[in-house]
Amino acid sequence: MAIREKLSGNEAVAVAMKQIEPDVVAAFPITPSTEVPQYFSQFVASGQVRTEFVAVESEHSAMSACIGSQAAGGRTMTATSANGMALMWEMLYIAASLRLPIVMALVNRALSAPINIHNDHSDSMGARDSGWIQLYSENNQEAYDNFVQAVRIGEHVDVLLPVMVCYDGFITSHAVENIEILENNKVKEFVGEYNPKYYLLDENRSISLGALDLPSVYFEHKRGQAQAMIDAKQVILDIAAEYEKLTGRRYGLFEEYKLNDAEVAVVVLNSTAGTTKAVVDKLRSRGIKAGLLKPRVFRPFPHREIREALSHVNGIAVLDKAEGFSSAGGPLFIEIKSALQGVSDMKIVNFIYGLGGRDIRVEHVEDVFMELKDRLAGDEGNMVNYLGLD
Amino acid sequence: MTEIRWHGRGGQGTKTAALFLAEAAFELGKYVQGFPEYGPERMGAPITAYNRISDKPITIHSNIYTPNYVVVVDETLIGPIDVIAGLGDNGGLIVNTPNTPGSIISCITGYRGHVYTVDARDISEGELGRYFPNIPMLGAVVKVTGIMEDIFFIEAMETLLRHKFATKPKVVEGNMRALRRSMEEVKGI
Repeated sequence: MAIREKLSGNEAVAVAMKQIEPDVVAAFPITPSTEVPQYFSQFVASGQVRTEFVAVESEHSAMSACIGSQAAGGRTMTATSANGMALMWEMLYIAASLRLPIVMALVNRALSAPINIHNDHSDSMGARDSGWIQLYSENNQEAYDNFVQAVRIGEHVDVLLPVMVCYDGFITSHAVENIEILENNKVKEFVGEYNPKYYLLDENRSISLGALDLPSVYFEHKRGQAQAMIDAKQVILDIAAEYEKLTGRRYGLFEEYKLNDAEVAVVVLNSTAGTTKAVVDKLRSRGIKAGLLKPRVFRPFPHREIREALSHVNGIAVLDKAEGFSSAGGPLFIEIKSALQGVSDMKIVNFIYGLGGRDIRVEHVEDVFMELKDRLAGDEGNMVNYLGLD
Repeated sequence: MTEIRWHGRGGQGTKTAALFLAEAAFELGKYVQGFPEYGPERMGAPITAYNRISDKPITIHSNIYTPNYVVVVDETLIGPIDVIAGLGDNGGLIVNTPNTPGSIISCITGYRGHVYTVDARDISEGELGRYFPNIPMLGAVVKVTGIMEDIFFIEAMETLLRHKFATKPKVVEGNMRALRRSMEEVKGI
């Protein structure tokens, strides 16, 4: 029997971490992710877990400690946000390139400057090319479920990549909502023991990690790493199927909400997808065929599947909670547009929204759908737009 | 769905009250959201917190702009803060004040909804010996909104407070007295 609970997103992830009971957690506090290591260190202090908690002096050190620990053969986790992850930057790439399945709770927050503690996706979007798998979460339930599944995804022998579980700072991290959690033993059983094939402390097999790669082999290593990201897609689906058997909750590469007969659709990540569902229901009651596609897996990006799911839609608005500064649209928009390249009779527009925690209201999302209707009726407009900007 | 917006000042326990409301409603089988709006956090600064309580799952994740009820934990916020923003004619404004609902209405121009008042300072200082208006305001909110039955709410709160103040039973008793008193003393119903 699942346990009915009421938890904030950070509490939910800290509980997942407790139930998984990794060998090592190394973290440095930064708002709004601070509570994850804070709660977890209490579980350590009160003897509820036997995890080694490493209170490091910076996020660069946090990721370095995670890399050392995971390379040594320990299951390892961390949590951070925004500038904290920015300080991890060089180590993020090293974690991924050394093929270390570290799991990170990334509580999305705007990057400085100007300094801002609130939610947007500039932090994780900046890390999209770092080689980490990225899972996005609409609410506390999805943050918890993604976190439990992340362990299995990253550690899978076909993958061996670190996984970032992203959820919205404050909106999800600090809001108390209903949730169903698993019993401790069910989580333990699901994640299983961590038995890496190669690890530094294996006395029977000496290995070397992080050695110099000359041009004769570096390229091959990168190709192998790229293959792991390609192969991760099927592993993510297989593990989601197994998780569904355990919980009854279905996860895929993305969620489709009333999309199969939709004429207009929004593509959006994380908590705003929930708000969009309410708008879709409202518009449907007025006879407008609205729908939603909410990517869960952003890395690897499921181009083919998203193309199939969206190709019948006439008008698509992609909402980005990160600017990207490409001058050609936000990072999600660019991916979606690339996935839909060559699909005819389709309008695709981009809305940048919610930067630095600017609240996105039901009315804003309604405006987006109305704008899409206008565009389909022949209105010319900009490809890249700003939603909720004063 | 019932939507509630709380206005208080940093240090008055407004966020805690909103979370308690969510937790108590959860215990009684509701779908809940309880969340603060984080700003510059300091003692005395105006803060806002929100609740959504529903019999169905809640997917909206924005702040609340058209609340059914607004709770004013600190009376001095009326004026500097537009506490009735988005509150319709059927709305309810619940104010911590020694004054009557009639006198509060007269100082809020353009508001035609209901006003309820409770003297949370008097109750808190009487029962706890200190000024923590949040628990009395929470009692008033449940009494006014009727989102939970009084008796079940009181039971749920006792459990929650005993958990939160496991090492301070006196605090639990004082808060429970304050809660019951405010539910009896709230005016305007």
